[in-house]
Parts: sequence; structure tokens; C-alpha cells
Amino acid sequence: MPGKLKVKIVAGRHLPVMDRASDLTDAFVEVKFGNTTFKTDVYNKSLNPQWNSEWFKFEVDDEDLQDEPLQITVLDHDTYSANDAIGKVYIDIDPLLYSEAATVISGWFPIYDTIHGIRGEINVVVKVDLFNDLNRFRQSSCGVKFFCTTSIPKCYQAVIIHGFVEELVVNEDPEYQWIDRIRTPRASNEARQRLISLMSGELQRKIGLKVLEMRGNAVVGYLQCFDLEGESGLVVRAIGTACTLDKLSSTAAFLPACNSPSKEMKEIPFNEDPNPNTHSSGPSTPLKNQTYSFSPSKSYSRQSSSSDTDLSLTPKTAPYPQGPRIFLCPSSPSLSSGSPHLKKSCLLSESSLTPHHSSHISPVVLRKSVSFSEELLLAASGMGSGSAGKEGGPFKALLRQQTQSALEQREFPFFTLTAFPPGFLVHVGGVVSARSVKLLDRIHNPAFVGIMGNTRSYKLLDWNSFNSDEPETRDAWWAEIRQEIKSHAKALGCHAVVGYSESTSICEEVCILSASGTAAVLNPRFLQDGTVEGCLEPRLSWQPGFFSIGQEENLPAGCGFCHIPYDELNMPFPAHLTYCYSCRKQKVPDVLFTTIDLPTDATVIGKGCLIQARLCRLKKKAQAEANATAISNLLPFMEYEVHTQLMNKLKLKGMNALFGLRIQITVGENMLMGLASATGVYLTALPMPGGIQIAGKTPNDGSYEQHISHMQKKINDTIAKNKELYEINPPEIPEEIIGSPIPEPRQRSRLLRSQSESSDEVIELDLSHGKKDAFVLEIDDTDAMEDVHSLLTDVPPPSGFYSCNTEIMPGINNWTSEIQMFTSVRVSRLSNINLTNQTLNKNFNDLCENLLKSLYFKLRSMIPCCLCHVNFTVSLPEDELIQVTVTAVAITFDKHQAVQTTKTHVEKSLQRASTDNEELLQFPLELCTDSLASHPFSPAKEHLESASSNSGIPAAQRATSIDYSSFADRCNSWIELIKLKAQTIRRGSIKTTVSVEKASPLTEGHFRQRSAPACANSTVGVVKMTPLSFIPGAKITKYLGIINMFFIRETTSLREEGGVSGFLHAFIAEVFAMVRAHVAALGGNAVVSYIMKQCVFMENPNKNQAQCLINVSGDAVIFVRESELEIISAQQPVASCQPACSGGEIAT
Amino acid sequence: MTNELDIFVGNTTLIDEDVYRLWLDGYSVNDAVGLRVRSGILEQTGATAGVLQSDTMDHYRTFHMLERLLHTPPKLLHQLVFQIPPSRQALLIERYYAFDEAFVREVLGKKLSKGTKKDLDDISTKTGVTLKSCRRQFDNFKRVFKVVEEMRGSLAGNIQQHFLLSDRLARDYAAVVFFANNRFETGKKKLQYLTFGDLAFCAELMIQNWTPGAVDSQVDDMDVDLDKEFLQDLKELKVLVADKDLLDLHKSLVCTALRGKLSVFPEMEANFKNLSRGLVNIASKLTHTKDVRDLFVDLVEKFIEPCRSDRWPLNDVRLFLNQYSASVHSLDGFRHQALWDRYMVTLRSCLLRMYHD
Repeated sequence: MPGKLKVKIVAGRHLPVMDRASDLTDAFVEVKFGNTTFKTDVYNKSLNPQWNSEWFKFEVDDEDLQDEPLQITVLDHDTYSANDAIGKVYIDIDPLLYSEAATVISGWFPIYDTIHGIRGEINVVVKVDLFNDLNRFRQSSCGVKFFCTTSIPKCYQAVIIHGFVEELVVNEDPEYQWIDRIRTPRASNEARQRLISLMSGELQRKIGLKVLEMRGNAVVGYLQCFDLEGESGLVVRAIGTACTLDKLSSTAAFLPACNSPSKEMKEIPFNEDPNPNTHSSGPSTPLKNQTYSFSPSKSYSRQSSSSDTDLSLTPKTAPYPQGPRIFLCPSSPSLSSGSPHLKKSCLLSESSLTPHHSSHISPVVLRKSVSFSEELLLAASGMGSGSAGKEGGPFKALLRQQTQSALEQREFPFFTLTAFPPGFLVHVGGVVSARSVKLLDRIHNPAFVGIMGNTRSYKLLDWNSFNSDEPETRDAWWAEIRQEIKSHAKALGCHAVVGYSESTSICEEVCILSASGTAAVLNPRFLQDGTVEGCLEPRLSWQPGFFSIGQEENLPAGCGFCHIPYDELNMPFPAHLTYCYSCRKQKVPDVLFTTIDLPTDATVIGKGCLIQARLCRLKKKAQAEANATAISNLLPFMEYEVHTQLMNKLKLKGMNALFGLRIQITVGENMLMGLASATGVYLTALPMPGGIQIAGKTPNDGSYEQHISHMQKKINDTIAKNKELYEINPPEIPEEIIGSPIPEPRQRSRLLRSQSESSDEVIELDLSHGKKDAFVLEIDDTDAMEDVHSLLTDVPPPSGFYSCNTEIMPGINNWTSEIQMFTSVRVSRLSNINLTNQTLNKNFNDLCENLLKSLYFKLRSMIPCCLCHVNFTVSLPEDELIQVTVTAVAITFDKHQAVQTTKTHVEKSLQRASTDNEELLQFPLELCTDSLASHPFSPAKEHLESASSNSGIPAAQRATSIDYSSFADRCNSWIELIKLKAQTIRRGSIKTTVSVEKASPLTEGHFRQRSAPACANSTVGVVKMTPLSFIPGAKITKYLGIINMFFIRETTSLREEGGVSGFLHAFIAEVFAMVRAHVAALGGNAVVSYIMKQCVFMENPNKNQAQCLINVSGDAVIFVRESELEIISAQQPVASCQPACSGGEIAT
Repeated sequence: MTNELDIFVGNTTLIDEDVYRLWLDGYSVNDAVGLRVRSGILEQTGATAGVLQSDTMDHYRTFHMLERLLHTPPKLLHQLVFQIPPSRQALLIERYYAFDEAFVREVLGKKLSKGTKKDLDDISTKTGVTLKSCRRQFDNFKRVFKVVEEMRGSLAGNIQQHFLLSDRLARDYAAVVFFANNRFETGKKKLQYLTFGDLAFCAELMIQNWTPGAVDSQVDDMDVDLDKEFLQDLKELKVLVADKDLLDLHKSLVCTALRGKLSVFPEMEANFKNLSRGLVNIASKLTHTKDVRDLFVDLVEKFIEPCRSDRWPLNDVRLFLNQYSASVHSLDGFRHQALWDRYMVTLRSCLLRMYHD
């Protein structure tokens, strides 16, 4: 249905002088939307014109409203010749299309010209009257909210997380399709800007439609990218996670500005029934939905139909269809758990007896059944407390498949989120990634060029009717990669992929498509099960029983997610497993790599740090297919190298897990670059990492030996220093208690870095580096030497500085309010023509290290501070040029108020931002998990272990049976996986648990602490920008809409503008300014989840020319300082927020 | 491997005060890096010279981009490109418009023209202020002058409003503009001992009392030019020295009042007529532009130097001038008491300020 767009041009200021004679300008404005144009009067002879125009009204379809940008052009009137354009403003009116966001866009916008940059400002007011309620049969998707934020936005709660949405749109690039091939810079730049604006609008609308189809109302973690494919066109693609979000303020009328996640939330007494499920069928019993979702018949049929779903587990499942006997041993030390297990067994055997269960309404029974269903769920996700043993496998598999059902209906069970509501993420399997090399000219369709000519240079083509091949090809490419990712996740025993992202690197006609994510097991509660709608509600409601359980059994949580989700006898590749160092019941890997943020409840020791692996590989220049082949051949080795570097550096830091891992492979004319960034942490649940041992090749040579021992000493010193620096001092746990499976010494010594298969090359070393297994670096050639050296050249940040690439820094939780977002770009020319891989690596390494050093120096006035969300991108614009772009935010913290990280995990959840509403989404399931997990050894397992189940040392006994994996083996498996153009890095699991009861007092105290400095520096008119999803010391009260802007800047007077640095510096500053102006016009005071997705810089110094394209996005928000909020919230009755909590349980 | 491009852009523009100072002082990037190295910053921060070079370049680039805006400070406040906290904006402006004492003494009273600009080389050599910095300061003077030259209202007020300077700095600029407009000679050797502060003090008093603005706050150029009518009227004062009786009476009144109070009474008595003639003649000649320009030269020659050569203490000068101007009120034959006061009150303060070594 149509809408009415109203625009008013108020005034201009600081206009450039357009008439040399008078030093003044006769300015007027053209307002264009779609094909309609209005003009203001000419305001003569002024640099600060006051047009104060009437309201220009456009009556348009909402489809157009979504696709088209409002285009405002400021011109200088000239009586005798053509009017000169001063510049333009594109305004995306999408934020006006959904009711909760902005209602008016009003403010000063920089007038932008692609040649001259910003030339003055114009004051514009834009409003939209929508009548879109009349017709649901439509092409538009007005009302679907978009968020760049990769977690549930702060003032919303997730009702359902539907899953992956993706779309791509293709068009020819005006730059290359210009009429007659005579390119006038301004016209072609503007055509491109407008086209991309149109395409992103269309893309967003199409994604919105998909979301509506899924019955969602929002897209979270929306990531839109452009592929500039040159001659073959322009691809705009986007991925995101469809959700149904509820605004917290709508259910809870407690804070006027919808800042629902106020502190009081965390104090909710959960033993009360917050009940009011506003939706549908009232409080359904937990039993009901649980039994529903595990209806065995369904799962079995699924199982049989999908043969390849789950490795070799599938066949094993059959013999244990009933599986009850497994759990009939109530010998567990903790009494309360005995009966649930019992209960479970009956349930399983009589699984269809739903009515029977729902009749157990008495609190006690209810409670038990709940914990039972929890167990089921856990088991289903591959991690049942009793199923760690091999006999548990089938049962695990069975249930996993059952839970999978919800996800399997989706083509791709992917989630672009990196942080999750508590309880959503059960286990993390490890990083999965896939890459594929494609030739762009392959899809070049001759017919397409012919028609292209001059018919339509800007207007989007309807590709479906016009040339269906094109987007199909791109779709197929991505579908292929996603399929691969999906199968890798399955190999890890996971049914979903979280922290998912996609990227491309293009050089000439070769394109590398990459996708990566973290294989995970999810709690199906949030996932809508489409097929069974109208049946039993797949949701839980709050019941008093759940909470009491949670209260009774507080457990040191935060280890669950580390537990392996796969069956240890059917591991996709060899790994070293031990019993969890926290709960000591489940198996955990020795190292965990993930692409997500550190879960809020994870317990870590010490602080985290940024870890980067950097790598260059030369390749011969080649054409087309030969080139693509060369690249594909290089890729596996690069992946392997990058992984080795990451692993070494992680060990060197004395840490055992990586979060936020992002590996970027960039292709250039004559080289490939790999850059991996991640945040290393020490997870308490994982074993202490062993040291790094160096092994020489020629032990007879004395001096060599000496050299080796010298290096060994240096490495050991570095590890010790790092442990001190990052405050890693895990409590010594006696070996017997841990029951960690110590491999036979002989096996241990066989850990080799090289892939040498012949075992006689193995040097027997004394690996008694502490009690742990050492990681051996064999120095057999200069390459290896180089690697060891480069390991040691990484300089730690100066004191007072920390850095990470995740949202928050593990171990720091007392942020103050000062933030500084920045972008830094460096382009380096490789001077040496006879480059080798070594010199190249060194150059690249130096480039990155120096860049970091510069950042530390520049931001020294903010000490103590932490660089968060450090995001490096590498591109190879020309033969010998390397471009590194970094965007990050520096946040100050209070050294003196440092809160002990070990206290509770609750505080960690607070780091995230005080505004988190995640605590609201509290689940009975987790609480029950705790209760089960609290038993040192689950009865089921003990039973399975039969005679050996004497409580103290089952783990140690099991250890002997574990096939201890050498690193060499692992590497081999690596290469194999990589050969499939994808690899799986590591695994682990996540179970999120938050203890609400503990949270309240600390929350309160913490809040007070932080509020004091928060009020210090709030200035009017300032727009903050941050790549994080929150603003320290403040609450986000409203999301105003997505900001997604694309700019081109070009110059033909490069020297005059201060050379390439001056040109790009000015341009980036202008881009920031335009983002801020749009946010301010929406009524916002910050951009969160800001990201510079592209910064393509091309220069031609000989011609004195340069061109740059920048694409940025983020979420415009309004935030309120906590100090200001405190006053408001103090007046709110604590209990009033309870309704909001219940909302978390609502499913439709 | 060389960095072709190396930039850092913050959402909040980073301003390093030390680098800003170096930039304002006109040092090249390399010189600035050298100076920073010498300041010991590398040791403090553990940075390398390369880091320092890159940092300095970045700041210089930022300042270069800001310079255009600093030329019209209100633009700096309203522009959207650089997000700078207000306190920092103020600092940027204030420092940018600050000037060197040595430099301002060289150009004070000179015509702010291209000709003078050409002499900046010499001024730079003479004062030790870098040429770049000289140019900036000179351009600042000229820019401020052009903007406020034709404006109504208080000179310092206008400057403050259009350049957002602090009160102190705005008044200094008012003095610079006033001197430049009236082209007072300040460069003569015998005037070298006068500081900018002395002259600015005089300028302020003259603006307050001797311009059209002193009597009517609604006239054009009210603070920039001297009040023509007033200067014309000053001729009337000539009677004080032309009329011998009046002169004698004046002398006797002053001498009677000061007898025993001055340590230099005999010298004063001997010199009274010369001094009085000097002061009154300066007044009566101010109708000529040439004599206006030489005002300070004349004051020094006709009053300050004679007193100084007789080693008058400052306090005696004060007593004398007070008595000298007050006694006129007792001269019955003299009718221009108001005129005399308008002239003498200002002149007395100026002379006292200028009376030092």
C-alpha cells in the first residue's frame, strides 16, 4: 500500500562560493524520489540560504519507499549556462517505515560531492505517512526491523530465533558499463552510489519478505556486502538471522524510555511466578512441550530418512530405542537427581503418554519432570550428563537427532549472531569454514552484454525475467559453500552453526568465496518448529518449581559449553580430550577455537589478548583457470600455516581458547595473504596448556644445540612473562582429582609439528614441561627457524593497554565511559622485486605490528584502556601494495575498581553492557542442568562403566582407552579436511547458565561504581560511534534503524589534496561525519555495531588521481547515561519488571 | 617496504597539544619529530621513531585540514567533519590566534598589506620566529582586521564574537587592529623598550576615550578610528601654553601643591614649561595624520625622555601628572575642562604605563 513521503528543505549553510565574481552562490534544491522531482526557489546571493520550502509530497508505493533513497541535490543557479551541482544528500528513509523507530528525520546533512567532498550542509525535514495496514498481499516488507548488532538488541527480547536469511542482487556496474565508455567521474560515481543504494534497498526489502514468511519481525546480525566484480558486474548480498523480537517495554511498563534491562531485572525473585504469557494458550506445562518435542516416532523417521546426518552414530541408535535401562541406576550421591533419572526412563519408554505427565501437577513431581526433560534436552544435544561414555553414544545421537528436527527443516541452520541469550547455546563444537575459488568470467553471459549497452544505466534490472542465470550462479556458489559448512558442522556432532559470516576476495577474474562459523548445539526452544504449529506449543513457561531447583543447586557453571558435543569414539578427527576442569565430569578438548564472543557466563582466568596469525604466499601470475588452480592449491597450506601460527601463539600466551576467530584470505596478482585475528583466553574448564618445546634436527652439533636451548629458554621466559602479564594463575589442581588422562610418555613425546610420517625421525625428548604436554616445534630448516623467531617478535602492548577482537575483554569489567572509535589505514609498497615468502612474511608482520604500536602510541592518553573489537582487513590493491585497514574502539577502564574476575560469572555477564537484557531470558532448563551437573558423576555413566565406577577415578581409567592424538595426526587430518576446501578447526561446547540469585547484589554495587564517572563527559550534539553492541556506562533506550551507507570519492588533484594520505584521511573523516549527521537527524546520539565493510582505495599518482569506495553500516540508537537513568529507575518498583521476564518464554 | 599511505582517523578528533604547538610554531614534520624525540617521549612510551613520525604526520594533516576552519572559528563550531569536544575547540582557536610578543612588536602599527607580508622574511630572521608562524600570525591580524574594520559596536566585542577568542586575547587583537588602522609608529629605536603590553594598554584607553564610540555607541567604525571632532577640539588646549599667564598660573598651582612631595622638585620646576608645552602641543597637532602616527614617538621624546634623563621616580611622575591635570580645573580662564579631562585622563595613564626602562 502506498505511503506519503513529505520533505521540507529548510536552509543551507557554509555553501561553497560558486560565483567567483560575487564570492556568493545562488543556490536552489532539487528533491527527487523515484521519478518525481520538486524544486525549491533560487535563494540568491548567499552562502547560507534560507529556503524554508513548502512540504514536497511524494505519493509512492511502500515497495518504492523501501528501495529508493531520497535524493536531494543542491545546485547553483546559472542564468546563461547549465546549473552547477554543488552536491547531493542521499537519505535512506527506511527507519521511518517501522513504527518503533524514528518518526521524523530532521537535521543538518553534509552536502556531498564525489569530487569535492563535503561542501556545506543542508537542513532537511522528512516524514512518512504510511497506510500499510490495509494490504498484506505485498511485495514490500515494511516493518521488519534490521539490526547490524550480532546479539539480541538491548531493548528487545528474542521470542523466537528463526534462523538464517540470505539474499543477493546482481547488476552491471555503471563504472564499467558507461555509455560509450567515456567515463565522466562525477556522473559515473553518482550512478554507482545511487545504484548501490537502490540495490541495498531492494535487498533489504527481499530479506524482509523472507522474514515475514518465517513469521519473524526482525533481522539481527544483518551483514550486507558488495562484491565489485569489475566487468562482470556488481553483487550486493546480505545474510542475517531472522528473529521474532519483543520490545521489552511493551510487556513491562516500567521504564518510560523502554530501557527495560535495568538493574532491577536482575533482582527478580525467580521463585515467584511471573506467568503472564500474553500470547495464546496460557501457561503450558513444561512437560507438555518437552514430550512433544521428543516424540520418538518423529525422530526415528527422520533418522532413517537422513542417512548422512550424523556420522556413524545413526546405525548405533537402533539397538537402543528404549534406552531406559541405562538410567536405572539411581546410585548418584546427590539424592534429588535420582528420581528424575528414574522418571526419565519411564518417560522414554512410554514416550507418547503426554497426558500422564501433564497430570503431575504437584510441585514436586513437576520439578522432577522438568529436570528430566532437561536431561533429555541435554542428551539430545549430544551432551547428556550421563552419556559421556561410549554406551551413551547412541542415546545421545538419538536425542540429538530429535532436537535437530527443528533445525533440519531449514536449509541452513546458520546464525549470524555471536552472542546469545542464556540457554540458547548448549555446546560449541569448533570452527567450521569453507572456501571456494571461482572464476568470474565463467558466468559472463554474452547475451547480457549486448542488452546492457545504454538501455538503462541506473535502473535495476529485473533479473529474474531478464537474465536468470546471473544471480542463480552466485546463489549456487554460496549454496554450495553453505552446504559444505553444514556438513562440517554435522561431522562435529553439531546441528547448527553460529557466529556465521561470509566474505569474498576478488582479484581480476578470480574470486575466493569464504564462509566460516562455529559448529554448535543449540537449545531448540528458541527455534520455531514450523511443521508442528498448532500442536503443542514448543515452549516453556515459568513455573515455581523450576526456580526452586535453580536456587537449591547453584553450580559453578560456565564450563558446559566446553564439553564436547560429539561422541568421543567417533570424533571427526583426533583430539586430545580430558575431563572438564570445572565440573570434572564431561570431556573437554585441550584447545577450543570459536568465531563467537566469549559467552557471558564462561569462567576465565586472567585477561584475554589479541592473537594474530599473519601469512603471505607468493604465487605466479597467471590467467584465468591456471590462476584459480594455483590459488586452490595454495589455500590448504595457508590454512594449515595460519592454524599452526595461531596455535603456537596461543600456547606462547599460556592460554587455551580462541574467541572471535576470523581468518581472512586475500588474493592479489602475485600473492596470497592470510590474516587471522582472535582473542585468546584461559578457560578454567579446559586443561592448562603445555609449553612449547623446540626440537633440533641435528643433536650432535654442539653450537646448534646451544642455540636451540637458548631459544627454548627464551620461549619459556616469554610464556612465563605472558602468564604474569595476563594474570593467568590457574589454581593447581591435583592430578588425581582431575583425573586427566595422561598419555603414556612415549605417546606424548610424539607430538611433532611437522607432518613427517616416519616415526624414526621423532626425537625423544624430555617433555616434562610442567605436568602438561608440551607442544613441540621441530626446527629442521630455516622456515621453521623463521617461524620460531616470528613467534617471539610479537611485542606485547605497552602496560595499561589490552586488546581483543571480541566485544568485551575477558577479565576487564569496570569500563568507564570514555570511548574512541577509530579507523587506521596503511598502504605499504614492497620495494624488493625479488621477494621471497620469508621477506614477505616479515614485511607483513612488521606492517601489522607497527600499526598496532602506532595505535597504542596514539591512544596513550586513554591509559588504562582496552582496544576492543579490533578488526583488521587486508587487501592487495596492486602488484606490490598491501593495504591494511583497522577499525576498533578504545575504551577506558578503571584500574582501581577492578573487580575480581574469579568472583562470579555474573559479573562477567555484566561486562557485556550493563544494559543487557539477557538475564531476562532465563530458562528453567539451565537451572535444571545445574542440578544434574552438580553430581560429581552421573549415575547413568557409572552404571555404564559397570564395575569400574568407583567414584573417585573413572576418568583416569578411561584415559587409558583414549587414543591420544599426536599433533602430527591432527595435522594430517587437517590437510585432509582442507583438501575439501574447508576445514574444521576445533571444537568444544557451550552451555550457558546464569545464576540470577547471585547476580542481584553484585549488580547493584557494580552499577553504582560505574555511574559515577559516567556522567563526566556528556556533551550536546556528540554522536558516539562504536563497533560494539553497547556503550559503556550507558543504556540503549531505543533503536532508530539501520545505517548502511556507500560513498565514492575521487580526485584529479591528488597532490593538492595532500597526497594519498591527505585524500583518504579527509574522506574517512567525511564518512564519519555523514554517518553522524544521519544518526543525529534520526534523533540518535550513537551508532553501535558500526563496521566499515569495505574500503577500496585505488590511486594513479602519475595522473594525479585517486579513487576510494567506502561502505559502512551500523545501528543508530539513543542511549542514556546510567547516571541519568539511576534517578528514573530508583522510582520504579522492583517488582514491576516481572512481566517482561516472562516474555522470554513466549513462543508462537 | 615503505608506507605510501598511513592515516588514523578517530570519531573524536585526536588533538595532541604538544604537536599542535610545534605545528603552530611552524616546524616541519621532521623538525617536529626531532624535537619530540629530544623531549624524551620515546623513553616514556617505548615507541619507535617510526611511530613518532607517523603520529606527527597524522596530527599535521589533521591540523592542516582544521586550518581552513580556524580561519572562521564559528565554522569550526558548526562543522560536522571533525567531532571535537568544545573545550578542545576553544583551545584550538585560542592557540591558533595567539601570537608571539616579538613578532607583534615588529608589525604593530604597520599597514597589514602585501608589502608588509613581504618583509616577514626579515622579521622572521630578526625575531627567531619561523617564517611559517610569522605568516600565520600576520594573516590572523589581517583577517581579524578585515572582518571588524567596518563593524559597529565594541571592537573587542566584535572580535570576540567573530573569532570566539578569550576576553584577554580579543582585547589584544583590538589593540592590534587599532594600531594597524591608525598606523601608530612603534618601530623607532627609542620606542623599542615598550612592550606589546604597554602599547595594548594605551590602545585600550584610547579606544575607550578617544574614539567616536566613547561618546556614541551607534556610529560606524566607532572603535577603530580616533574621534575626528575630538582631535579638532584638542586645538583649543593650545591656550594652556600659548597664554603665558595661564601657563604661569598652571605652573605655580602645580608647584605649590607638590612642593616637598617630589624628590625631583627642582628639576620639575625647571622643566615644567617644557613638559607642559610638549603635552599640549601633542594634543593640538593630532589633527594631522602624520602627527597621530608619531604620537608615541612624541610622548617619549617630549615627556618620557626628559623625565627619565632627570631620573624621576615613577611615583613622582604619577604625582606630577595627577597634579598637572587636576590643577587645570582651578584655572578660571580655561573653559575646556571636559576636553582636557578626556585628553589627560587617557594620556596620564598611558604615560605612567610607558614610563619604565
